[in-house]
Amino acid sequence: MSSLQAKYQASSRREEHPVADKVSRAFSVVSVWTCVIFTIIIIGVLALVTGYLLSIGFSSLSWDFFTKVAIPQGMAGYPGGMKHALLGTVELIVLASILGIPLGMLTGVYLSEYSANSFLATPTRFICDVLTGVPSIVVGILGYELVVRPIGNFNGLAGAMALAYIMVPIIARTTEEMLRLVPNSYREASVALGATKARTILKVVLPAATGSVITGVMLAVARVAGETAPLLFTTLGSAYIRFNPLEPFPSLTQQIFDYSKSPDPAQQRLAWGGVIVLIVLIFALNLGVRFFARSVQTRAS
Amino acid sequence: MKEIAAPMSSEPPEAHKGADAAARLARPGKIAAAQPPARPGPGHGAEIHPEINAEQHALSVENFCLYYGKTKALHEVSMPIAAQKVTSLVGPSGCGKSTLLRSINRLNDLIDTVRTEGKMIFRGEDVYGPNIDIIRLRKRLGMVFQKSNPFPMSIFENVIYSRRITGERSKAILHEVCERSLRGAALWDEVKDRLHQSALGLSGGQQQRLCIARAIAAEPEVLLMDEPCSALDPIATAKVEDLIHELRGKYTVVIVTHSMQQAARVSDYTAFMYLGRLIEYGPTASIFQNPRLKQTEDYITGRFG
Repeated sequence: MSSLQAKYQASSRREEHPVADKVSRAFSVVSVWTCVIFTIIIIGVLALVTGYLLSIGFSSLSWDFFTKVAIPQGMAGYPGGMKHALLGTVELIVLASILGIPLGMLTGVYLSEYSANSFLATPTRFICDVLTGVPSIVVGILGYELVVRPIGNFNGLAGAMALAYIMVPIIARTTEEMLRLVPNSYREASVALGATKARTILKVVLPAATGSVITGVMLAVARVAGETAPLLFTTLGSAYIRFNPLEPFPSLTQQIFDYSKSPDPAQQRLAWGGVIVLIVLIFALNLGVRFFARSVQTRAS
Repeated sequence: MKEIAAPMSSEPPEAHKGADAAARLARPGKIAAAQPPARPGPGHGAEIHPEINAEQHALSVENFCLYYGKTKALHEVSMPIAAQKVTSLVGPSGCGKSTLLRSINRLNDLIDTVRTEGKMIFRGEDVYGPNIDIIRLRKRLGMVFQKSNPFPMSIFENVIYSRRITGERSKAILHEVCERSLRGAALWDEVKDRLHQSALGLSGGQQQRLCIARAIAAEPEVLLMDEPCSALDPIATAKVEDLIHELRGKYTVVIVTHSMQQAARVSDYTAFMYLGRLIEYGPTASIFQNPRLKQTEDYITGRFG
């Protein structure tokens, strides 16, 4: 080895460049600490906000909150509770799921399994992506024009349809992504045994992706549970427990909005209670989704 | 030389083919001039040993071409497959043997850009004909893939999947089919106590034998195997090869393999392919001991590929 080569080989060693080495180590330390500090700041801010909300809200939660409906001022038991709103939200979520989940999943199946030979697939995918970002108030106004006006009054069905409208693109895209993750070898094996495409999808591909598809659906439901703007224009809100979707419908988010505008501190306290319940609900739904996803993973492996 | 081309089986196309091959061999100049060019030119006929034509033919490939978009992957491949015998397709990577195998049960239809010409005659019908019910035909052609792919169901459900397709409900029959297939795949003793557990819990070799059991539960006439042992350890490979020995005589087996030793151990007839063309095709012993073309000899002795 010539002396030039030896010099070249030696010069790439770290010890030969003390300054550059120190700078790179310092940079590494600074980066790590920056990340740590920002993480602490963010968690701290979130903890403060949540703590503040909880402290105010917990004092407004009572047994009445969950068991009484809204009682107007002047009557005994004012202001009552939010039972009607809680029930209303549950009913709206169920109705929106019935409308939105099958449509979303079938669209996802189409985009993933049948789109190879179809020119509809690319525009459909693009539209789904755009619709996931549509402002929910626009969806509310759409619901007003298309459903409330023809029916003649504010109603729960319009609210459920608006919520379903938000759910469908999310479910379609997540279903498509999860189905694409199913390895092609399953499809080939099924087809090689003489199964039709429909049977392959129903009996092999969808079951293989069940866990992930359900996770996507639950996340869409969790997102929709906290929506307010679509419901403002479609359901109007009500002080009574409702089971008929063709009348104005109560819901938790919309009731919080109403009570928060009220001058009376009693009703404002109810609004705070509603906020806590809503946060806990969304939190529980998301945690549930994570636990479910993990349990599905361990089952499949 | 003409006597070697024995009287044909009943199907006329095969007789025609046999006469062709024999006629080609009968011309002395053809054999002497069998110095293959470095790259086979268009229209170069394959060297087919006449013993093939003495067999009954389960399947017959006739002038089959396949295009992936604009690229021609298979060039006018013509070969009959002997019934109830094991035929292996060998050749270097990319020579089109897997493509040819997958074309037999039209699995390449799942790929968009594929276009085919030529015929594949199975049970008297052209597989690529216009009115063919490919679902019905696929039930007669079983396939085992390179990487084992059991469905994410129980072992029992995996094996009887083909029977569920035909709508079989009777539990007795399903259990009988399951046991028969698993015994046939030499897997029954290992899994008989856990038939309802997930198939994904089996080892690689067991999963591959499960896939074979699944394929034979459909009672196909032809079993197509695409490098079934390439993902397995030597012991599992030996078990699968023993299995193929037992299946011979009951099923026609076409196996694609990268390993020359495996082809020599397992098959009755061997076809050597290169760059999408069939180069030589004959009884395994002849191909390995006296290959007629230099190119075949070069590949077999490992000089290329």
